[in-house]
Amino acid sequence: MKELTFETLIAVFEEIFGRGLFWIMVAAAAVVTLAYLFVLIRDRAVSWRKFLWAQLSMPVGAVAAVWFVMGMTHSSPADIGGAVDLIVFLGVAVMGAIGMAILVYTLESLVKPRKAKLES
Amino acid sequence: MHSPKSPALNRRGFLGLAAGATALTVTAGNAQAATVKTNAKIVIIGAGAGGTALSNRLMDRLEGAQITLIDPRKEHLYQPGLTLVAAGLKPADYVTSETSDWLPKGVTLIQEKAAAIDPVAKTVSTDGGQTLTYDFLVVAPGLILDHDAIEGFSLDMVGENGIGALYAGPQYAAATWKAASKFIEEGGHGIFTRPGTEMKCAGAPLKHTFLIDDRLRRAGNRGKAEITYGAHDGALFGVPIVSEKVRMLFGDRDIAPVYRHTVKAIDAGAKRVTFNTAEGTEEMDYDYIHLIPPQRAPEVIRQSGLSWADKWTDQGWVECDMATLQHLRYPEIWALGDVAGVPKGKTAASVKWQVPVVEDQIVSAIAGTTPTETYGGYTSCPMITKIGRAMLVEFDYNNNLTPSFPGIIPPLEELWISWLMKEVALKATYNAMLRGKA
Repeated sequence: MKELTFETLIAVFEEIFGRGLFWIMVAAAAVVTLAYLFVLIRDRAVSWRKFLWAQLSMPVGAVAAVWFVMGMTHSSPADIGGAVDLIVFLGVAVMGAIGMAILVYTLESLVKPRKAKLES
Repeated sequence: MHSPKSPALNRRGFLGLAAGATALTVTAGNAQAATVKTNAKIVIIGAGAGGTALSNRLMDRLEGAQITLIDPRKEHLYQPGLTLVAAGLKPADYVTSETSDWLPKGVTLIQEKAAAIDPVAKTVSTDGGQTLTYDFLVVAPGLILDHDAIEGFSLDMVGENGIGALYAGPQYAAATWKAASKFIEEGGHGIFTRPGTEMKCAGAPLKHTFLIDDRLRRAGNRGKAEITYGAHDGALFGVPIVSEKVRMLFGDRDIAPVYRHTVKAIDAGAKRVTFNTAEGTEEMDYDYIHLIPPQRAPEVIRQSGLSWADKWTDQGWVECDMATLQHLRYPEIWALGDVAGVPKGKTAASVKWQVPVVEDQIVSAIAGTTPTETYGGYTSCPMITKIGRAMLVEFDYNNNLTPSFPGIIPPLEELWISWLMKEVALKATYNAMLRGKA
């Protein structure tokens, strides 16, 4: 690879997903992240009951992310051939898990706002 | 000294800093070399990977230049995708797009064939009767697949009677998959070949062999099939260390190599191939055969006196400096891509490295400065060894391996990440290159 600048990376991702879809996904990730920060700041505390559900959803997110990547690329877990493959595989799973946890926590907090003094 | 009035980093300040840092990163990535004003006439023959990427980059660097591309083909082909089409992994239209979709505003595309080049008068004539004068000429017309050189073969045979030929284009790659599918179901003797000439992507015949072997295994029919790979010389790949690795993989996959075998003729009815060998000729019966014809520079290059006189005389590649790609007799002409008479570099990845060199040469010639970029023979081949795994092989003129990610992605290991690069990132990187962005 000749050079890997930030601009090249953006151009490559734009080509992978299409310019529109890529920026929609970036925007969606940004919105969820901001919404997550919003509920944390609004509630000024982590609700451990909601966090429990978020944690329980993490394996689902991990499996979904791996399944999506494997399906999109004609691959299977048997194709893992070296240390870097394992790192990428686990990285996909971890990203799926964290993404799902943030999404579930944020949705719970937005749908069921914290009731004052009852849930802490 | 600490001042009591030092601004504290409050939340708003932090967000501002973060935004500033992001903007800075993006701006740094966007930094471009300064543009040069000129009224130079630049003609580029060929709107494939090289011609398209170069025209985009020149438009960014030059202000006022008249850039004209000459190419009769309306379709742009993403050729690295043809091996995937021929293994049933992608549809034929995966590799096609419109040539005009990739070209920058302000360039002129003449959809005619270049018929003659006069390097002394500095003109290019088209088969439509137009004659263009140039100050700088880039020849990037690709190469010719000489199917007629295989006796008894014509392209209409592809897909029938166990004949595959994936290089010939998307519909032929799809037809190749049709013929290969039958072999995968029924088994028999599969023969995989390559030509004796220089060729684009010398890894592709190996990839096709590995992929069909894997398809047979997945179908549970590998035991019914015998696979022979015909190498044109004494090695399986031009880079010795890669050749040895492929030899070991062939041993592991029960693929039998034969050396110094190039296809002379086929008898499609009898399903028999005749090879030229070191000893004379040899016949083999096949149930599936993959043919790649000899490859040569287009006629217009060979007839215009731009070819080497003492090298590749049967193939006609452009006589150029291997580091700068500048023609050795006509300094206002450069070769780019498959047509260049250099020892390596007939891949899209090579084009990605060649384009900035030719861009630097032309811009420097216009600006009166000294060019600094050189091409070291960089060639890359994501060598697929099965569906889901590949080796990211990168090398240079000296047969040295030049891994992009040393210590992270070993070049001679079959890895999933290298497959992901071929499957997902390669076309995206290629498209970004066409737009002059990578």
